[in-house]
Amino acid sequence: MKAVPPTRKIRNPWSVVSIHLGLILVCAGYLLPFIWLVSTSMKTDEQANETPPHFIPKPWQPHNYVDVFTHPTFHAVLYTRNTLIIAILVVAGTTVSSAVVAYGFARIEFRGRGLLFGIMLATIMIPFPVTMVTLFRVFRWIDEQTGAMLGPDNIFQMLGTYKPLWLPAWFGSAFNIFLLRQFFMTLPKELSEAARIDGCNEFAIFWRIVLPLARPALAVVALFSFMGVWNDFLGPLVFIQRPEQYTLALGLQAFQSRIGGTDWPLLMAASALVCLPLLILFFLAQRTFIEGIATTGGK
Amino acid sequence: MTREERRNFLKGMAFVSPWLVGFAAFTAVPIAMSFYYSFCDFSLTIPRRVPLWIGLENYRVLFHDIIFWKSLRNTLYYSSMALPAGMLVSLGLALMLNANVRSQTIYRTIIFLPSLVPPFASAMIWLWMFNPSMGLFNFLLDKIHLPAPDWLGERLAMPSLAFMSVWSVGNTVVIYLAGLQDVPRELLEAAEIDGAGPWHRLFAVTLPVLTPVIFFNLIMAIIGTFSILTVPYIMTSGGPAKATYFYTMFSFDQGMVYLHMGYASAIAWIQLLITLFCTVLAFWSAKKWVYYG
Repeated sequence: MKAVPPTRKIRNPWSVVSIHLGLILVCAGYLLPFIWLVSTSMKTDEQANETPPHFIPKPWQPHNYVDVFTHPTFHAVLYTRNTLIIAILVVAGTTVSSAVVAYGFARIEFRGRGLLFGIMLATIMIPFPVTMVTLFRVFRWIDEQTGAMLGPDNIFQMLGTYKPLWLPAWFGSAFNIFLLRQFFMTLPKELSEAARIDGCNEFAIFWRIVLPLARPALAVVALFSFMGVWNDFLGPLVFIQRPEQYTLALGLQAFQSRIGGTDWPLLMAASALVCLPLLILFFLAQRTFIEGIATTGGK
Repeated sequence: MTREERRNFLKGMAFVSPWLVGFAAFTAVPIAMSFYYSFCDFSLTIPRRVPLWIGLENYRVLFHDIIFWKSLRNTLYYSSMALPAGMLVSLGLALMLNANVRSQTIYRTIIFLPSLVPPFASAMIWLWMFNPSMGLFNFLLDKIHLPAPDWLGERLAMPSLAFMSVWSVGNTVVIYLAGLQDVPRELLEAAEIDGAGPWHRLFAVTLPVLTPVIFFNLIMAIIGTFSILTVPYIMTSGGPAKATYFYTMFSFDQGMVYLHMGYASAIAWIQLLITLFCTVLAFWSAKKWVYYG
């Protein structure tokens, strides 16, 4: 493991001031839509639809944040539960399976390794919309086959359950495998050899020695995939049919009525609540995040 | 193979087997199936649910479909703005956020913040900011007595969407930041002792060392901009007058809405080939500008 050197401290006061000034300006621009979100989330419905718009809500209506939880069609608690179920299954699955596969690619020299690794890297370049439609057919085919054998209590039923969303994660994801492989390559070979002499088999070396050392890299993979699932819209849109199975990211549609008219304040309040866990997570973990990616090496 | 080699082969395959199985089931089979379907008449709306071989007919119809060309042109138009803008802005932001100044964490979090907003929410916020009469942009323009355009009208909708995409480059910025941690400090200090100013150091040391990361982000951006779907789908559903109808929407509508499996497969395959072509082009150009130290 190589230590990340701290960035140079800037001494010239003029550069410090100009960097701060630049950063504050850019950040103000990036924050603008977000401030708009928060400000709208505290407005009354009439005030939100006012022309011209006002930045400061008058009167303040923080009660919107409570109303989110009692909304007739947005079931906050249920959707949170659904999202967490999928997120936990995906994060656990992709972290464990990607680590196993990455170990194979990084630490075992076997014939065909280079070719398989190349194919794996190439799959990163296949966009989800390309496979989406036929993937749906594959799941339907699995359902037809297993349904014919097992009847109505088919535990392998895919469509209509969350399996299409989390099952693929248990077979490793190319991007995560790549990231972890880069990290495993940096660990000294002698480590494995010493353990082998002590009578460890390959899986024990992986599980007891390499994995504990890889904690920072595993954290990055877990965080990245958690953020990905939490906000995923397209996956649930394609594979979830019943409203009671909706996730938070998909359920936000409830505030947009089909007859026209969107409940802006409540939509914004709910959106702010949905981002909040990710925001806290990123703020606390941003250093681990950036350094974790740095040690795994982008090259 | 010697016994040792065979043992290693079996061990290696055992470790990579989860990926092999997943690759076969969730990537190779769907892609192979869609390749076969792309030569078939296979619509799920009619009772006959067997794919019927029709050769190149789907592709022939596709190349005469005005919507195909329209959506392809739209996607290229969008990419020609969003791709360079995103690459430049994310690199610039990363360089600024890498400066060792106070409250660095707060700045970084703010820039990453938009990437944490659920796509439905960010689509709605921007929809509202772009609103011609009640939106924030025209409110501000009105204050300084400038004309208030129709941001999501036929002419400006695409540039507006590209402008908006720059707001959520947080992931790319984080990858650049990680890459910047690898720029050797000794090199920067040596350059400084030799009298190189900050701009000179940037172009002579930092950027060359960073080229592999820039290349990685370029590849990801090509794939990303070509497969953009969610946010524009929520915001404009392709309108007005198909001005923001992306290639992915064409594919989604044919495959998931009209259930024309054969046609949708041909559409997906063309997208795959275009993405592949651009990536190969990027890899070919990489020889000229990516520096592996």
